[in-house]
Amino acid sequence: MPSLSLIEQSVITGLLTGGLYGLLALGLSMSWGLLRLVNLGHFAIALLGAYLTWFMGTQLGIPPWWAGLIIVAAFFIYGIALHWVFMRFAVTEMASMLITFALAVIIEATLQFIWTADFRRYETAWGSQSWVVGSLYFPKLNLIAFLVAALLAGGTWAWLRYTYVGRAMRACAEDAPIATAFGINHRRLSFMFSGLCAAYAGVAGVFIALVATLAPSQIWAWVGVVFAVVIIGRLGNPIGALAGGILIGVCEALTMAVVNPSWASLVSFSVLIALLLFRPRWV
Amino acid sequence: MGDGVPQRQGDAGRQADRALSAGWSAKAARLGEEGQVAMRSGFAWGMAGALGVCALAALTSAPAQAQSDPPIRIGQTLSLTGPFAQTGLAHQIASEIFVDRLNRSGGLLGRKVEYVVLDDQSKPDISRTLYERLVTADKVDLILGPYGTAAILAAMTVAQRYHKVFIENTLGQPQLATYPWHFSATIGGPDSTSTLPVKVLDAYASTPHPPKNVMIVASKFPSAADMARGMERAVKARKMPLAGFLEYDAGTRDFGPLAARIKDADPDFMFVACLGVEGDLLLEALNKIGYRPHRHFYLYPSGLLAANPLAEGATSYSGFEDVEPYIATKEGGEFARAFDERAKKAGLPYPHVDSQAGNEYAGWQILIAGVKATGSLDDQKIAEWLDKNSVETIEGKRDFSGRSHTSATDMQQLKQAQHGRWVVVWPSDRRTPGAELVAP
Repeated sequence: MPSLSLIEQSVITGLLTGGLYGLLALGLSMSWGLLRLVNLGHFAIALLGAYLTWFMGTQLGIPPWWAGLIIVAAFFIYGIALHWVFMRFAVTEMASMLITFALAVIIEATLQFIWTADFRRYETAWGSQSWVVGSLYFPKLNLIAFLVAALLAGGTWAWLRYTYVGRAMRACAEDAPIATAFGINHRRLSFMFSGLCAAYAGVAGVFIALVATLAPSQIWAWVGVVFAVVIIGRLGNPIGALAGGILIGVCEALTMAVVNPSWASLVSFSVLIALLLFRPRWV
Repeated sequence: MGDGVPQRQGDAGRQADRALSAGWSAKAARLGEEGQVAMRSGFAWGMAGALGVCALAALTSAPAQAQSDPPIRIGQTLSLTGPFAQTGLAHQIASEIFVDRLNRSGGLLGRKVEYVVLDDQSKPDISRTLYERLVTADKVDLILGPYGTAAILAAMTVAQRYHKVFIENTLGQPQLATYPWHFSATIGGPDSTSTLPVKVLDAYASTPHPPKNVMIVASKFPSAADMARGMERAVKARKMPLAGFLEYDAGTRDFGPLAARIKDADPDFMFVACLGVEGDLLLEALNKIGYRPHRHFYLYPSGLLAANPLAEGATSYSGFEDVEPYIATKEGGEFARAFDERAKKAGLPYPHVDSQAGNEYAGWQILIAGVKATGSLDDQKIAEWLDKNSVETIEGKRDFSGRSHTSATDMQQLKQAQHGRWVVVWPSDRRTPGAELVAP
């Protein structure tokens, strides 16, 4: 029988892992829900951000927060450029999935070509440190990643809900022609929003570099679980993305603690299927 | 010119008459034609002279010919990138040292040896494809097996298809090697899943405070999972309590929840059936939650585990290290020194030879022994010779009389990370001088 401290520590671990899932899911959920583009390249871009953070930190001596600023700015521009391509060729929701899948494969191959398939670790002084509260340990970088995820999710939710631009974006997602009739420049907003989603991938990438081991094939390790998180959290719902991430993360950690570690990979889709079957009001 | 030829024939005939008057006279009388005999004798002398000149020329120009002959090409894939890259690089360095040494000592069958190594990215499917390429496109004369059970099994199908003798040095499940021309350079014997766990438990039982319970943490990677089951059987046979049996998927990178469970169980002894950097990641995860294992064993660790301060006191199996007794032989000592030097240049985090490199070197020794003994590059002849003979290697004699052409006995020792280095601690007669198994 697992002890209470094991359960508590597992919940904390799951919570913090869930924060990273939420951070990854945020951009995908926004893009899918509000731009109607299923961006599978989001995972690849996040990992590219992680590699760039690692490279800048270990080869160029640029600290991760400066690297993060550079990456976020560059990815914002990339997001705009990608959306321009989508609009130029009138890419549909389904087609966007195929195109961005191809993009992810290309990015994976490029990462492997440049940095090989070797594992890469970004060793930092904080990497092995934890804050201790009673008998519980909070790894510092994981906790910071969680807080940033919460901040971004909350900030995005408030922006969409309380600002004119945010409400306009939601209106466009609801019915673009009507929103345009009311004087909303849908085109300009969507460019900005696409850039924002890519920038979220950049933020996720910085934290992935700091807390995880990097390998090009890691892109695909997240696809299943983050898709489940996005659907559980509802499309275009930033708070939902974080909540979904936490739910999956905690369930995985508890499965590892109480049942068997190797069963953790079954958790995300089991939770998704269970929620879709019983359809709580918020799914 | 017209005069010269008969004259030479005449001269030769006279010389033949003089030289061979005794031995050939009977034959000459029988034939009844002296001139004919003289001509034949002259021809024989001419041939002998020509052969002598040829032999002399061959002797004096042998090195030049060896240089001009195309090299013997021996091909292999290794995990030079990917999760097993650290280990793969150690195998590559060991191979290069062997080939350099072989070429310095005159090569093989009078020819230089060229080592062709390709990167399989730690992926068995890529390894299989690359072995196809080695045999069909690169047209190597001989092959050696890749690193890791999955890649070996994938490559073995190619070897079988093209009838190539197949020597590998890291197959964790020899029972799966059904190819008759497979030969193992591993040191675990025919069933190390039965013998290694017993050795490990024996070693710890010999310490002043033997562990009272065991926790097994195992990758689902087939060879690691098999060894974990072997340890479970050994623990049950000794009626020791099992503090837990935790399995994780191969490729797991987040060991946080696993670490929490280990900390909660607080086992006396932790047997980790892991591969590559997994052991390091587990130790980091344990460290993040403030836990250090009391006694811990790692099955196939990366070379850098010993250099990790968190791994102080960790044990693993061994067949070769750059410490006594392995470096006591001339070849073993030279290999260890050469490896350490090249590993430093290559930037290996743990720049010391270990059993991975030792196994690779032994694999080469076995292949080359087969070629030299048969004087041939014929795979069938080499396989038949290896089947009937044993080969002395830097890790001991291999007899291939075990199941699937493994050695009949388990030759593994135990090593322990002490002050950033691996030292041999078990059995007692094979210990590094001054070293002992340290356990709380």
